[in-house]
Amino acid sequence: MDQDWRIVSRIRHIGRRVLDGVARLGRAVVFLVRLVPGFSVMATRASLVVQQIYMTGVLTLVIVLVSGAFVGMILALQGYNTLVRYDAQSSLGLLVALSLVRELGPVLTALLFAGRAGSAMTAEIGLMKATEQLAGMEMMAVDPLKRVVAPRFLAGWVAVPLLAAIFSAVGILAAYVVAVSDLGLDGGVFWAQMQSGVSFTNDILGGVIKSVVFGLVIGWIAVFEGYDARPTSEGVSRATTRTVVTSSLAVLGLDFIMTAFMLRGL
Amino acid sequence: MDPKPLRAEPLVSVRDLSFYRDRRLIFQGLNLAIERGKVTAIMGGSGVGKTTLLNLIGGRLIPAAGVITVDGEKVSTLPRRELFRLRRRIGMLFQSGALLTDLDVFENVAFPLREHTHLPESLIRDLVLMKLELVGLRGARRLYPAELSGGMGRRVALARAISLDPMMVMYDEPFAGLDPISMGVITKLIRELNDALGMTSIVVTHDVTEASAIADYIYLLDQGRVIAEGTPAAMQASTAPEVRQFMGGLPDGPVAFHYPAGEYLADLLGS
Amino acid sequence: MQTRTVELAVGLFVVAGLAALAMLALKVGNMPMLGSDQYYAVSADFGNVGSLKDKAPVMLAGVKIGQVGHIGLNRNTFEAEVTLDIQKKYNNLPTDTSAAILTQGLLGEQFVSLEPGGSQRYLKNGDKIRITQSAIMLDKIISQLLYSKAGH
Repeated sequence: MDQDWRIVSRIRHIGRRVLDGVARLGRAVVFLVRLVPGFSVMATRASLVVQQIYMTGVLTLVIVLVSGAFVGMILALQGYNTLVRYDAQSSLGLLVALSLVRELGPVLTALLFAGRAGSAMTAEIGLMKATEQLAGMEMMAVDPLKRVVAPRFLAGWVAVPLLAAIFSAVGILAAYVVAVSDLGLDGGVFWAQMQSGVSFTNDILGGVIKSVVFGLVIGWIAVFEGYDARPTSEGVSRATTRTVVTSSLAVLGLDFIMTAFMLRGL
Repeated sequence: MDPKPLRAEPLVSVRDLSFYRDRRLIFQGLNLAIERGKVTAIMGGSGVGKTTLLNLIGGRLIPAAGVITVDGEKVSTLPRRELFRLRRRIGMLFQSGALLTDLDVFENVAFPLREHTHLPESLIRDLVLMKLELVGLRGARRLYPAELSGGMGRRVALARAISLDPMMVMYDEPFAGLDPISMGVITKLIRELNDALGMTSIVVTHDVTEASAIADYIYLLDQGRVIAEGTPAAMQASTAPEVRQFMGGLPDGPVAFHYPAGEYLADLLGS
Repeated sequence: MQTRTVELAVGLFVVAGLAALAMLALKVGNMPMLGSDQYYAVSADFGNVGSLKDKAPVMLAGVKIGQVGHIGLNRNTFEAEVTLDIQKKYNNLPTDTSAAILTQGLLGEQFVSLEPGGSQRYLKNGDKIRITQSAIMLDKIISQLLYSKAGH
């Protein structure tokens, strides 16, 4: 009897969690739709967006530059080690470029961005809610979706593809330096192999499309979690954690789906 | 429809208002009227929904039933654009101040002006300094909200609330958590601003002394409805037990000390 | 507020991002610049192209002068038809130039190597290279070697 009851309550608990999740997704979609009219802020108050690109993009730049350089150098060393066994070290440039442009650039940038800027976006909006700043704006007839949320969302969307491109470019340059100065490869061969193997439409545009999607999704999750956070310090901290976890998983999941589509040529 | 001249009708009228939050009843059949040019205090114990009432008047919440009109406009059915236009004429002072933490005092007071007007920078500067002078904080214009004391923060919020010269200001617990001097300053400011700028003021509070000192009229709320109303003098003189309990600050009486609960003994023994 | 500093930083950031994109597009991805008028195309038939791929380099004396444009099958001869995009500045290749598919290193990428002949006339857009040498199929050579060894 008691056992039965426990099972029933557990099932009920699981059901409630699932329903909560679905409801949350619904709220997030409605939120995104409500956010769209706020995009006009780009035209009317561009300075707000610029301010946020500074907060999200420029301040994430350092970590992206450093990570990009290290990832490029690591790829060069590891790739060389494997390729040299088959006497194919001339393909090192190609290997590094494809890895960075197609996968590592967009994905690692997105993960770094979620941790560095996405969490900050959530915390900021959540705290503004908790301290009644958003309510205050509403009572001052200022739409917080337009004044606070939309600029952050748009800034993230713009920043991620640019950061991803910078990540890949820095990584390739760093790999080049290691390959030429450390591994003694010929610089011309490094570039020539790369150019012959990297396709502009498939690889580079594919990478850009990925990072555009990642920027959209991270920005969306970050501002939604902030706006939806319970207005307490605990609620805000939970929302911040959730932003990083959810957007990291979303980035990896979407990456898988998009990669599958792209490799099969749609 | 109304034959009386516009001036005579109350600025805010609340009729048969019902409101629920999470199925918990907050208001039921609430009626009250806020007269133009007066300071009206809305009083009641903590948790009777005083702040909720301000949010309803400001149109941030939608009533389950009943009508709220502000300056002749039905708040709950106004389209968003009209609602925002109405809100520009209403200032609100939040209990927390709700100052924007990433802007300094000057920019906070300038915020509504920048958002809603296209005034030249020099004019905005003059207007902001005038408002700050009114609350005595012209010298603090470059401080950030985190550097302000509670009383100063609330005065800045007040300067911001009146920056668009509203017809009405709503104060949410303006006296809560202030030292006696700041409390006196705020009390004086509410009254003076109301009279000098020809505004209407709604003060939500549970501080009997301050409310009695500045209000022209007092509503006492409990259990989702108005249980008493009148001028401060009338309220003080009232013999009704609920009023005496509240005005005198007695712990128990008709306004229950206990949150509604089951039988105590049965609860302890665990049915 | 140092609005100016912020604007400057954001401006630099956007420029850096676009520069990175441009580098990826031009230096890494070899984006087809303004159509294909920088190249002229000649074709060559091979008995077997091995693992030659699109965009593989076309080399002459070890210098890259173009790339493989398209690989198809001639339905009549059952030979592979390969289009070679040669840079316009190398417009003086003799008509009796020969083409071979070689491998970089032992297992590296395959590429097309051109060997100029002695003709006074030059290849033009749409011309065909007559003398070709197919890809060397390593596995075939190895098996031939083994058989010939076994024969002795």
